[in-house]
Amino acid sequence: MLTIERLSKSFDGIAAISDVTLEFPTGSLTAVIGPNGAGKTTLFNLISGAFKADAGRVMLDGIDLVGLARAEIVRCGIARAFQVASIFPSFTVEETLNAAVQAHRGRAAVLDRRFPLAECCERAHEVMDMLGLAKEADTLSARLSHGDQKLLDVALALVLQPRVLLLDEPTAGMGPDERWQMIERVYRLWEREKMTVVFIEHDMDIVFKIANSIRVLCYGRVLAEGTPDQIRGNADVIAAYLGTEDGANP
Amino acid sequence: MRHSFRRDMIIGAIAVTALVLLPLVWPNKAFIDFTIRGASFALFATSLNLLVGYGGMVSFGHGMFFGLGAYSFGLLMQRTGMSIPAAFALTIVVTAAVALAVGAICVRLKEIYFAFLTLAFQMFLYSLVILWVPLTGGDQGLRGGIPRPSFLGIDLADQRQLYIASCVLLVGGLILMHHIVESPFGYTLRMIRDNATRAAFLGVEVFRIKLVAFVLAGIFGGIGGVIMSLFVSGAYPEFANWTMSGEAVFIVMLGGISTFFGPVVGTVILLLLNDVVTRFTEYYGLTLGAIILLFALGLRRGLTDFLLDYWRRSPWVLAAAKRGR
Repeated sequence: MLTIERLSKSFDGIAAISDVTLEFPTGSLTAVIGPNGAGKTTLFNLISGAFKADAGRVMLDGIDLVGLARAEIVRCGIARAFQVASIFPSFTVEETLNAAVQAHRGRAAVLDRRFPLAECCERAHEVMDMLGLAKEADTLSARLSHGDQKLLDVALALVLQPRVLLLDEPTAGMGPDERWQMIERVYRLWEREKMTVVFIEHDMDIVFKIANSIRVLCYGRVLAEGTPDQIRGNADVIAAYLGTEDGANP
Repeated sequence: MRHSFRRDMIIGAIAVTALVLLPLVWPNKAFIDFTIRGASFALFATSLNLLVGYGGMVSFGHGMFFGLGAYSFGLLMQRTGMSIPAAFALTIVVTAAVALAVGAICVRLKEIYFAFLTLAFQMFLYSLVILWVPLTGGDQGLRGGIPRPSFLGIDLADQRQLYIASCVLLVGGLILMHHIVESPFGYTLRMIRDNATRAAFLGVEVFRIKLVAFVLAGIFGGIGGVIMSLFVSGAYPEFANWTMSGEAVFIVMLGGISTFFGPVVGTVILLLLNDVVTRFTEYYGLTLGAIILLFALGLRRGLTDFLLDYWRRSPWVLAAAKRGR
């Protein structure tokens, strides 16, 4: 279980996350929602070690992750995909995953053999198949569609064999069709791999359709948490974020 | 397997054989001299491209290794009387050690800071060469010739044999560097060039990989310097000057950074320009500058980059790619 206890972080005196306590049960598919500036991405940055928390703890199965280096956090089993796809433009999809697997296995500095290493290819193909990227294996990453670039970013996180996968707006910048395709892939991945998935999402249709629990952040604090049904009926959430049936929906 | 080491060795053996046989059917002294200089510069420029093209590290101080190679080898031969292979091996050790120390400081920095710090180290070496007169001969360079005792029946004082040795070093060096860029290490280096942050997230030790690349590039740059010192039978301060780094950057820009052979092509272009232009005009720098501008503004990249792009966009290749789907 991933547990966040009384976590706080401020930038220049402005609290981005204050006193946040959250639980993400093992094997859950949780959406983190909230208006812009609610601290969602900051939360991910704190969990993955990109930022160091001012106070509080991030516990993964009893190990405190605060203060560990990024690489150590990865080794503990947390991997993330980025809001803007963070990929290797000059690599083909297949090369990207081969290189990523070899890096993850500590074979990045091998000089006496040729790329790709045969023992890494199997895993690379496995990850490609998981996300349906195999048909683009020979495509240059820079030439992939926006959606496939995001998928490749998720694939890079999967290479790390995480127990917890953090997805920062997996559908950002996509058209409606592409969005559902992406989210379907994420859902199938979660079903099959039985990992804990936490995702940030703005599209409420998607959130209520696939998440089995929801955490709502607002101004760096936890506004509400619960099942989709509980959140849908929560007065605070409706007032602050979802809007009423006839009101504007942000 | 796309590029096997064995395939490279076979192509290399054919290339060496062709180069060795060529003067037998076409005995031309100018060609022999041209090739020896070309071997020296091609190794030097290709080694710079390990950093620029594959590592995304634009060094303005790569000439320090050319100078270091030439001076180390020259001094060892003049002062110790050791054999050529021993001096060659020791020169590699010296270059690697210096590259390790300089690299450990430089590769932590990014982009322009890396470029300027490498330039600073280069100028430090240059000053040392100029000022340490008893050892280096100051601005006169290593004079009196470099003894080239024969070993294993090879006499490098003979221009023909030096030509063969240069060809072997050139092809051998290119095979090794090609192997480096096609190894897992080479692809990790490309990852760092493309996106160092993500590479680090995936578990790449960015600093260590960059440092190893810097040392390897330094070694091959040094070998270029050794060939030059054998060719001119001496070592001169301009080998260690910033203009030497500038030549390598020019070559890489002319030839292109996105293909392995770009710098080799660039070397041929630069040396030909050098020979032709100086024959017709004394304004060598001006002419060369104009040609570089033409490449930078006209093609917007090096020659092989341009050709590769042209080839990939050609209707024939596009059609073949479509059929491949």
